[in-house]
Amino acid sequence: MKVNKLCSIANDKLDFFVTWTALDRTNLSDGRKLAVNYFIVAVILFFAQLLFGIIAATQFIFPHFLYSWLDFSVNRMVHINAMVVWMLYGFIGCIYWLLEDESQTDIVGLAFGKIAFWVLTIAVTIVVLVYLFIQIGAGNDTTLWLINEGREYIEAPRWADIGIVAVVLTFFYNVVATFSKGKWSGIAGVLTLDLVALAGLYVAGMFYMTNITHEQFWWWWVIHLWVEATWEVLVGVIMAWSLMKLLGVKRKIVTTWLYIEVALMFGSGILGLGHHYFWIGTPEYWLTIGGFFSALEPIPLVAMVVHAVYDSGSHAFKNGNHPALAWVIAHAFGNFFGAGVWGFMHTLPQINLYTHGTQWSASHGHLAFFGAYATINIAFFYLAIQHWRGNVWMSGGNAHAWRWKWALGLLNVGVVGMTIALLIAGYEQSFIERAVEGSTWSGYFAAQNHPSFQSAMIWRWFFGAVTFAGLLLLIWDLLTIGKDETRKAIVIVSE
Amino acid sequence: MNEKNPLWASESFWKKVAIWVTAGAFLLLVILTFDSLSQTQIGGQRVQSYSVINKKIDYVYQPDLHKSVPVIGETELLFGQEFSEEEAQKLVTLGKKTTQAKNCMNCHTLLGNGAYFAPDLTKAWLDKEWLSTDLRENLMVQFLLDPEKNARTFGSDRKMPNLHITPEEAKGVVAFLKWMSSIDTNGFPYHFKTINAKEE
Repeated sequence: MKVNKLCSIANDKLDFFVTWTALDRTNLSDGRKLAVNYFIVAVILFFAQLLFGIIAATQFIFPHFLYSWLDFSVNRMVHINAMVVWMLYGFIGCIYWLLEDESQTDIVGLAFGKIAFWVLTIAVTIVVLVYLFIQIGAGNDTTLWLINEGREYIEAPRWADIGIVAVVLTFFYNVVATFSKGKWSGIAGVLTLDLVALAGLYVAGMFYMTNITHEQFWWWWVIHLWVEATWEVLVGVIMAWSLMKLLGVKRKIVTTWLYIEVALMFGSGILGLGHHYFWIGTPEYWLTIGGFFSALEPIPLVAMVVHAVYDSGSHAFKNGNHPALAWVIAHAFGNFFGAGVWGFMHTLPQINLYTHGTQWSASHGHLAFFGAYATINIAFFYLAIQHWRGNVWMSGGNAHAWRWKWALGLLNVGVVGMTIALLIAGYEQSFIERAVEGSTWSGYFAAQNHPSFQSAMIWRWFFGAVTFAGLLLLIWDLLTIGKDETRKAIVIVSE
Repeated sequence: MNEKNPLWASESFWKKVAIWVTAGAFLLLVILTFDSLSQTQIGGQRVQSYSVINKKIDYVYQPDLHKSVPVIGETELLFGQEFSEEEAQKLVTLGKKTTQAKNCMNCHTLLGNGAYFAPDLTKAWLDKEWLSTDLRENLMVQFLLDPEKNARTFGSDRKMPNLHITPEEAKGVVAFLKWMSSIDTNGFPYHFKTINAKEE
């Protein structure tokens, strides 16, 4: 009886929420309906990422907080996994969003795509619940298959790995079959090849090995070649399409730029993988190869900044969706600074010897993931909501436009603040723990106990809270922007 | 844009460059992968056989190389037992699986990779804080079995939670850490003074 009552209350609340948002799905094509499903889950996971991030940040200041209930290891795992998965959801959503438009036809096998979405979402929910409530298991294969693989970023148990590959293959089928039926383009070609690499590389991380040098070798194939190669090309594709749609940039120009970016990105990023092979037992030649190629990695990111800023300027910023364009620009700069500059700062082996495994990496990670990937996804959330509301006018002068501007400001200031705080902590660790104390455990704690490290952790928490406030405002804005707007968006046509 | 595009600004030129550069970089990576995997096989110079847990392991600074290198010494049994290669592999495997099952990497770093809430485990076996080489393995096992009671927080207030590690798993973890400390990590961590180093 009580359960029925609870269900009916939940239903009423949900109905109220749906009425309040006043979003009309009939404004969307079938492919875009699927895309917004992905975006919705992405935003929920974005929320989870920040929630567990702030709990983990609190534990740096108050180590007893939730001790042996939700330990740092669990919070940190959910924090980084939620991030990887929400970004993947965002990317998949972006591709479904642009697929019909780019191929000029309906999505082939959309029913399979819808099933794959629900399979993935149920799997992710189960994985997270297991992370939170079971957490760890005995040191055997059953744990690795059912609970947790214990490998940073790809902790998902093996059963979920297989599910992820199946879902990605379904997604790949949708993309390739649709382009094959409709129209191929340069963007379509790059996207298809990139998805082959993206799906194939994940398999490299699906094996258990006792030889930790081999295990980490292949583990980096997944992490690095995803994050610093295939994901970068994927956002290149997404950005190329969005610059045509937002600013009306010529297809010929974006396609040429995309090829240049692919050449620079893969040319530097594939062998830039070597910067993860400095200290894991692999041969010394990686110090030279990894150092050299990873030093080149910022170049394509500079090219992307030039690309975005030049195109925006040459079109006098005339565009159909101001918040989306603002986030695209944030992406170009965030990608360059976060992935490019912050990566370069500690990528050379002579410096990395002292910075590897310190808060330097966390500083780089925060700015890079946000700057390169969160931003472009948020830009697409705005594009999606605009069309979901019937392609309405969405500008900086709209009623309540302060919300998206403040959300943009708070999120960017929050992440940059965290990045600087972590950088200070990283510098301090490199000096005290590594250079002075010689990397022993007492050296580690001498650095952790130092006032400059501790105050950096407090600043990181504060800016984490600013980021969290930015996300709450962003969610509110996404749910309400354009609600009372009746004017149609200006029409932007790519030449 | 001019109708007559120069070659360097043409779409087809950059398409070819993208394909060739990607293919070339990937091919090089595949070749280097084969070489790296063969150089890091178990039992080679860089990654020792599992039975190295029967030996004394140290990590000594070589002035001519400007870095520390692992040094494998005479017999120094672990838990008073000499392990065959097969037995050692079984024990190290149990330890490695335990470190994964207990999610160690989301607090600690291994070979410098992981999270930064707790110390690096790469050379944990050689750390000075285990007081003496005679007490070390038992202290490590005791700590793993009840980290809360045996915590040493170094004034940080951070304590490892009880991860319900069994005695056999704890021995496995110690064996894994001993074996991992023998890997040649190109001098990482730098300037590390081991439990065997004489006070200056």
